[in-house]
Amino acid sequence: MRTEAKLGFALLLTPLLLWLSLLIFVPHVDIFLVSLRERIGVGQYQTSLANYLTFFQEPLYLWTFLRTAVMSSVATLITLVIAFPVSYYIAKMIKGRAQSALFLLCLVPFWVSELVRTFGWMILLRETGVFSNVLQYLGLVDGPVEMLYNDGAIMVGLVYTSMLFMVVPLVTTLESLPDEIIEAGYDLGGNGISVLREIIIPHAMPGIVSGCIVVFMLSLGNYLTPTMLGGKESLWFTELIYSQFIVRFNWELGAAFGFMLLILSSAIVWGMLKLTGQSLEKTMG
Amino acid sequence: MIPSIPQSRFLTTAYAAYVTLFFVFLALPLVVVAAFAFNDSQFPSLPWEGFTLQWFFGSERPMIGVFHERSILRAIGTSVFVALLVSALSVLVGMTNAFLFNRYKFRGQGILYVFMLLPLVIPGIVLGISILVFSSRVANGLWDSYQIDLEILRPGLWLVVLGQFSFITTIATLVIGARLKKFDQTLEEAALNLGAGRLTAIRTVTLPYLAPAMIGAFVVAFLMSFENFNTTLMLVGSDAPLTIAMFDRLKEGSTPLLNAVSLLLMIGSSCLALVMIAFQRKS
Repeated sequence: MRTEAKLGFALLLTPLLLWLSLLIFVPHVDIFLVSLRERIGVGQYQTSLANYLTFFQEPLYLWTFLRTAVMSSVATLITLVIAFPVSYYIAKMIKGRAQSALFLLCLVPFWVSELVRTFGWMILLRETGVFSNVLQYLGLVDGPVEMLYNDGAIMVGLVYTSMLFMVVPLVTTLESLPDEIIEAGYDLGGNGISVLREIIIPHAMPGIVSGCIVVFMLSLGNYLTPTMLGGKESLWFTELIYSQFIVRFNWELGAAFGFMLLILSSAIVWGMLKLTGQSLEKTMG
Repeated sequence: MIPSIPQSRFLTTAYAAYVTLFFVFLALPLVVVAAFAFNDSQFPSLPWEGFTLQWFFGSERPMIGVFHERSILRAIGTSVFVALLVSALSVLVGMTNAFLFNRYKFRGQGILYVFMLLPLVIPGIVLGISILVFSSRVANGLWDSYQIDLEILRPGLWLVVLGQFSFITTIATLVIGARLKKFDQTLEEAALNLGAGRLTAIRTVTLPYLAPAMIGAFVVAFLMSFENFNTTLMLVGSDAPLTIAMFDRLKEGSTPLLNAVSLLLMIGSSCLALVMIAFQRKS
């Protein structure tokens, strides 16, 4: 029995270790090593920080990096603000069939690919698109209006695309808050705002944190939405990574960019977990 | 506020209106994508030129429908192939992971569990480039030392499968693990008492119990693989899966053909999702 258990353990451990080491751990160590390489001749490399220096010295790269970080944070905040009342409505204001139906409706858009969703926004926002035509029809504007290819369009796309990942954790945590506690808050003289601040938001904190982490991550790493909805000026950091890898074939610099993106996202995730005293196992698992 | 606390009429109406507006926001892009699939025009935009099914069934230029457009059909086939492979692999590994974390206590378990979750917080594009860089290094190394050319390790479908598998496995592990956690282990012990071997007990008692979670994980994995863009973009070779093929077309300017494909996708994934929900209801 003892040896059998050991054998079973080894059999179950092997796929996990193979997966995590060969597809996650070693490849990430490898891009780090590649990012430390400097090409000094044909097929000749030396170890240096040249790629990271390029990143910090070229204003376009650093600027795009910061812009991506700031816009992802804003997108996360907007998503939270829009999703919270809706999640609360689904979790607390309605019951039974209506509740599960509305919750299901929230999930529907996310069964179709992000490409389709982005395409939808292109049809809505472009110069010959639906919004432009409706505005003209109503006489609010004189000519066609272009609403695509700017930062606002990127924001709409990001918020839309990540909505589900905010709504689901919020509904789950809010549902676990008993009605009696909210009632008690009112009985003890609280009003809507103080109950929200002192009871509902603290209770929903794990959901808020995990929603924000996922939305921020998805926005930061998004390539499709900024490429399709953004203009020439609205560069996204992932576009830089893509162009270094696929267009310019400068893997060393691209790897350095990728590593910077990884550091930024890990730092933000770690910071949010620490700030709110949550752990990755609890928020994700 | 909750229903049991009286609120002003105005506030509750405004709240309901906001929620309605939210759902309009959710539905709008999908509705226009679907609607313009039937527009008798070269562009998916207004004005409305009349209803047509040519973008589905048309066989002549300039309106070649989905069912006659070879490249789109081939891309759908590629996506299905990749998605089936990825789902099968990740459900398999998800199973072994779930059993490992549920049935064994070992040193380093906590760390390993956190490590297992990490693929979810790594940006997809970084996952893609790291696998691309590492596999090329291995491929180049093999070629330099042994003159073996491993096509599998060059950008192409096999790398796409590996790349998607690398993070979808985490999801499969979580879905299956959640159900395994609720499993009453005494049932398995009862089977052992009744003379079943360990494997027989698992096969006849535990696996049937896990079946809904396995199907759920398979469907979720299939959809995630089918939809995946970022990781796939970095690893794709000449055979493009559907999302990449559509992206390339969309960059060049779109025709309602893309709307037609999108509508089919919506119908397809809704059906899959409904199947999954039905399965979970039954259990």
